Amino acid sequence: MAAVDQSKIRNFCIVAHIDHGKSTLADRIIEKTGLLTSREMQSQVLDNMELERERGITIKAQTVRTVYKAQNGEEYIFNLIDTPGHVDFNYEVSRSLAACDGAILVVDAAQGIEAQTLANVYLALDHNLDVMPVINKIDLPSAEPQRVIDEIEDVIGIEAQDAPLISAKTGQNVDEVLEQIVERIPAPKGDPDAPLQALIFDSVYDPYKGVIIFCRIKEGTVKKGTPIRMMATGAEADVVETGYFGAGQFIPCEELSAGMVGYLTGSIKNVKDTRVGDTVTDRNHPCAEPLPGYKRVQSMVYCGLYPADGAKYPDLRDALEKLQLNDAALQFEPETSIALGFGFRCGFLGLLHLEIIQERLEREYNLDLVTTAPGVIYRVHKSNGEMIELTNPSNLPDPSEIEYMEEPMVSAEIMVTTEFIGSIMELCQERRGIYLGMEYMEETRALLKYELPLNEIIYDFFDALKSRSRGYASFDYDFKGYVQSELVKLDILINREEVDALSFIVHGASAYDRGRKMCEKLKDEIPRHLFEIPIQAAVGGKIIARETVKAMRKDVLAKCYGGDISRKRKLLEKQKEGKKRMRQIGNVEIPQKAFMSVLKLDDKK
Amino acid sequence: MKKTLGVYIHIPFCARKCAYCDFLSVPAKPDIQKAYVEQLTEEIRQSGEILGGYEIKTVFFGGGTPSILKADWLVGILESLRTEAAFSEETEITVEANPGTVDKEKLLCYREAGINRLSFGLQSADNNELYSLGRIHTWEQFLESYECARKAGFQNMNVDLMSALPGQTAAGWRKTLEKVLVLQPEHLSAYSLIIEEGTPFYEKYGGHPNLLPSEEEERQMYHDTKEILKEQGYERYEISNYAKQGYVCRHNLGYWNRTDYKGFGLGAASLLNNVRTANQTKFWEYLKGNREGSAERLSKQAIREEHFFLGLRKTEGVAPGEYREHYQELITRLKEQGLLKEEDAKVRLTDFGIDVSNYVLAQFLD
Repeated sequence: MAAVDQSKIRNFCIVAHIDHGKSTLADRIIEKTGLLTSREMQSQVLDNMELERERGITIKAQTVRTVYKAQNGEEYIFNLIDTPGHVDFNYEVSRSLAACDGAILVVDAAQGIEAQTLANVYLALDHNLDVMPVINKIDLPSAEPQRVIDEIEDVIGIEAQDAPLISAKTGQNVDEVLEQIVERIPAPKGDPDAPLQALIFDSVYDPYKGVIIFCRIKEGTVKKGTPIRMMATGAEADVVETGYFGAGQFIPCEELSAGMVGYLTGSIKNVKDTRVGDTVTDRNHPCAEPLPGYKRVQSMVYCGLYPADGAKYPDLRDALEKLQLNDAALQFEPETSIALGFGFRCGFLGLLHLEIIQERLEREYNLDLVTTAPGVIYRVHKSNGEMIELTNPSNLPDPSEIEYMEEPMVSAEIMVTTEFIGSIMELCQERRGIYLGMEYMEETRALLKYELPLNEIIYDFFDALKSRSRGYASFDYDFKGYVQSELVKLDILINREEVDALSFIVHGASAYDRGRKMCEKLKDEIPRHLFEIPIQAAVGGKIIARETVKAMRKDVLAKCYGGDISRKRKLLEKQKEGKKRMRQIGNVEIPQKAFMSVLKLDDKK
Repeated sequence: MKKTLGVYIHIPFCARKCAYCDFLSVPAKPDIQKAYVEQLTEEIRQSGEILGGYEIKTVFFGGGTPSILKADWLVGILESLRTEAAFSEETEITVEANPGTVDKEKLLCYREAGINRLSFGLQSADNNELYSLGRIHTWEQFLESYECARKAGFQNMNVDLMSALPGQTAAGWRKTLEKVLVLQPEHLSAYSLIIEEGTPFYEKYGGHPNLLPSEEEERQMYHDTKEILKEQGYERYEISNYAKQGYVCRHNLGYWNRTDYKGFGLGAASLLNNVRTANQTKFWEYLKGNREGSAERLSKQAIREEHFFLGLRKTEGVAPGEYREHYQELITRLKEQGLLKEEDAKVRLTDFGIDVSNYVLAQFLD
């Protein structure tokens, strides 16, 4: 391939609130630039995990290179870097943005600006990207493009009067977007002869090639044989292949030079060596300093994952190892629960990340899982000066050894229509939120700012938010730091035996309420036994709530007619089958779903 | 000596479907009934080879409402059976009858054909309850049919009753029992109402268990039944069946003892040499002669499981025999839990075990 003229390259991403049409626009751009015919396009090329397509969100960053012949007769290379669309993956988003020179902001013509729109735009502006607004879904009857344009100008403060008014769904006016990409997104800069400086914005593991590093070359040139080093992890390799991204395929090329977006491989065994945000350099001619902004991703949310069938423990370990090859943010270590047997304590970026991993384990690896209540990392300061980071409530030291505890806080922004402000504030109050302020976006919508404990939002906050705003509220948050807090461990006793897998850390003031709800929920989940089962919640050995599952008095079969035994057998088998999905705690059988259903305790539906 | 056989004959017709019933039955006109009887007769004829190897110990006409058929059609079915297999003097031949569907003539006709046991579906002695169940008869009509049957010479009669009806109290149930006991039938069946999916009762009560007697009341009724009937000389020989000395229903016991039986008619089930089969359950298919349904050769495990979950329905219990070792641990545990008792080398359900029989029986499935 001939040397690429930097002025003919456009590296950009698309940012949007969920469901505003980001992936559809990406598809349309790919289709219009002629990389694929529409027949070849599986809808939404970039969301290529089954799960992503189902949930309509992007989990992993995807990248594609297309060639666009502009109206001025010149051909331009477009590198479209699709960013993950959820707050759990904010760091990945920021690294993807750092690989771009500009961003397309997609806003729904009917819904206008949402919490994630703002969060993503600010992130893009933080990276000095030129933001080019696009108003989508103008084909909807409820579309109000002019109102949304004004809103963008008022709220975000960027010029939007000439924003293309498009329908990504029908393809209407998408050509205008392509022209504006050429005109408004700046061409990359950088010296191809300078020492190599490349930003890793993603990596995937391929069984044949090893880790494939997705990178943006900021300075210098890389080609086959270049001896490289990742500046943060220190991992070294020799480049085996460089290339760029076709749709769903890797296309090798001679070299990647400053301004280009592409991939490189070097028989690297583990994605842990190629952390997102790290800088790749030539170890013989290293650059003076790494690119700014690298940080090691930290798991924010922890939970226990156990195989429903204890014999599947090795399978679960294999599956986690395989997933981790592609997901450096997933952490796990073995743990044992008295109630659930052998399993793993796993760390995730957030609840969505947790759900995705859980679903992938169940679907792709055919595992039946029991998940314990997710929790955050608490800092326990012991009287002897030691500080431990607590991820499993069962490991909480004896209260006498604890000086104080800290919990993580987030700053949250909630966008809501004015009619629901009251109920959302009430929700935040219940979740121990600290009110920071409120801004009116326009007459009917406001942005509420709260500081909230992370452990109050990981359970069912998002569901509660949606149900109390009839789906209208949107939400975004940022990790803020640790603050000292009155935390206690809430234990659940079933038939007077403590069930370790049900213990969790809670704020002292919510302990009674949470304990009561847990008991009520468990009462509904635990089937009746031949004996009465007390369900109790306790803090520090003191019972604070109790429910009772009454003893089974009657369980009889219907009349068996004309010797039709098979029906009777089926009934008995069904009963027996139900038992297999139970966990035996002492002499009580607890259905596996009881361990999970207790997570949803918001009762204002 | 020939092996013994029980024969079940299914007559899937009813004047009207009761509100709680999920058995195979349809209302049908006489010409369709006739076509069905012909098909049934054909099925019996074609089974001649199998039947020839047995002596028939019991015959049971069940439904639906077998007594809805013209007497000579029903007798005709019995005759075709006699043509294919050997009967003995003692063969128990039962017909299920609904009050209001039999008269003197029909009953005499039954007697003449050798039918020696009659089972009346009464369900309740309270006319309001009968109405809400969707029964076609009143208590008075039942009395009339019952007396008629006695006069025709039936000396072995059963009355089916149902407890735990919507709105029923323990006192109301006792009243039904007392009224029936005046008649001193030889046999009584007393089942608790079970709300089955797909019935009008399910629509009405499925989501409203509070409209039905509580579990405590229901168990009260069940325990009262045993006490009251015992005083009157009835023995509970199976979870829901009571008989005077010498009048147990041998046909039904055959199911729990796992002796061979052959079923004829729509959806009828058979057990022959440890193969369980069931006929076609679609009426119009059966009528076209497509009778075959499912068939399953029982595994050793299935036989072992059945031995217990069927055998334990008998109050005398079941001898563990060759399976003792396999189930010893379970039997010990269930005994400790007060669900089973063991006497004279037989294990049987305790009263508590009967209350939660579903749970106990399910334990015997491996």
